[in-house]
Amino acid sequence: MSRILAIFQRELAGYFNTPIAYVFLVIFVMLSGLFTFYVGNLYERGAADLQPFFIYLPWLFLILVPAISMRLWSEERRSGTIELLMTLPVTVWQAVIGKWLAGVAFVAVALAGTLPLWATVNYLGSPDNGVIAVSYLGALALGGVFLAIGSCMSALTSNQVVAFVLAVAAGFVFVTSGTPIVLNAVRAIAPEAVVSGIAALSMLTQYDGLTRGLIELPAVVWTVSMTAFWLLATVVAVDLRKAG
Amino acid sequence: MAALLELNNLVKRFQAFTAVNGISLQVQAGEVLGFLGPNGAGKSTTMKMAAGFLAPDEGSARICGVDVVAQPDLARQHLGYLPEGAPAYGEMSVAAFLKFCARMRGLTGSAGSEAIDKAVRRTELGGVLDQPIETMSKGFKRRVGLAQAILHEPKVLILDEPTDGLDPNQKHHVRQLILDMSPDRAIVISTHILEEVDAVCSRAVIIDQGAIVADGTADSLRKLGPGKSPTLEQAFRHITSAPADKVA
Repeated sequence: MSRILAIFQRELAGYFNTPIAYVFLVIFVMLSGLFTFYVGNLYERGAADLQPFFIYLPWLFLILVPAISMRLWSEERRSGTIELLMTLPVTVWQAVIGKWLAGVAFVAVALAGTLPLWATVNYLGSPDNGVIAVSYLGALALGGVFLAIGSCMSALTSNQVVAFVLAVAAGFVFVTSGTPIVLNAVRAIAPEAVVSGIAALSMLTQYDGLTRGLIELPAVVWTVSMTAFWLLATVVAVDLRKAG
Repeated sequence: MAALLELNNLVKRFQAFTAVNGISLQVQAGEVLGFLGPNGAGKSTTMKMAAGFLAPDEGSARICGVDVVAQPDLARQHLGYLPEGAPAYGEMSVAAFLKFCARMRGLTGSAGSEAIDKAVRRTELGGVLDQPIETMSKGFKRRVGLAQAILHEPKVLILDEPTDGLDPNQKHHVRQLILDMSPDRAIVISTHILEEVDAVCSRAVIIDQGAIVADGTADSLRKLGPGKSPTLEQAFRHITSAPADKVA
């Protein structure tokens, strides 16, 4: 446990050691505001809630979370420190979890940067704060899923740009698989069971309830199993590709 | 007494290429083994397997009697390893990096600070503790790598080119450090610098194309060279020259 903590702290400090972290946080908060107020029409819809923010968040995460996850393993590979790390008394699992948790903490900091939005809707009206709290929790969990995917992609390559592109591509598949465009296209060629299966894998389908304040069992199962699957895939990727 | 480091018939293949082809050796406490060979002979690959970073395709490596693949956690507690090129987290300061390594080895609190102080003194890093590692010269980076390798007073030290990039004074200092640490430890150093063998090694192994071609003291290796009183370099070139040269 103390080793996971040591890796977590080193990794998190590593984010804030570079200016990129601050640039990222500023961009994230600015885009959140842009989506909420302009694209989501927070003022015009006349409802005191943060739906506009949470509805666009998966799309924002799709691009921005891979930027957080891309360095997790690629950088270890590029600089050769993976050889140092993996000959310290630590298991691959501990290292994978420690690094992933650091990413989750960073996403939490980014989400904390959007708290003024929450304050704004409370100033403007009286929103259901329970719903918003659940939505924030869901957003963090969703960030965790994106990070798990990204960490696996990062473990596959020593090039951070490649890791970024792979993570966006993989994330795109899981986000869009629930959209009507994709589902209608699949419906034309496959039975309904396949369609609902693909829809169930989609982030949007699972995430929808959370934005309305509902913690549903399928969404919890989806989040936990997706995270676990991709972290396991990361462990396998790190183990397999140590040589190259 | 059992050897502190035992390599048994290690084999490593990368696709069709066999990088290491059946290397076996034992290193006892008090021995400093020089691991020599031309570039691409399999030195680093062998060391990576001995350190448990790469899993061998065949054979096994044991540190203090513990198999590095079967019980990696336990084996690594007895191992100090300086990987090729002395990689370190560049954005960290020397102090933060060593503290991280100490924590990973379970050295926290006063035990951690004592271990770090001692390693810093031995590697003479006292003046640069707050400097980010990426801003340091090659020689300093190498010493940072050495410091993390000796933090926990390991029984087995595997050092891949510990003196590469050091100036003559630093080389002398590192060799002295290795000699000071050698009495109750097994130390393996890989090197291109043949004078290192006379300076620090009690024994040397020469490998070529993934296999051991000579094993002995510096003097016994010299005798393998051509002519009446060959130098170590002549012997090295004679033993490891390409097959075409040997025919000629």
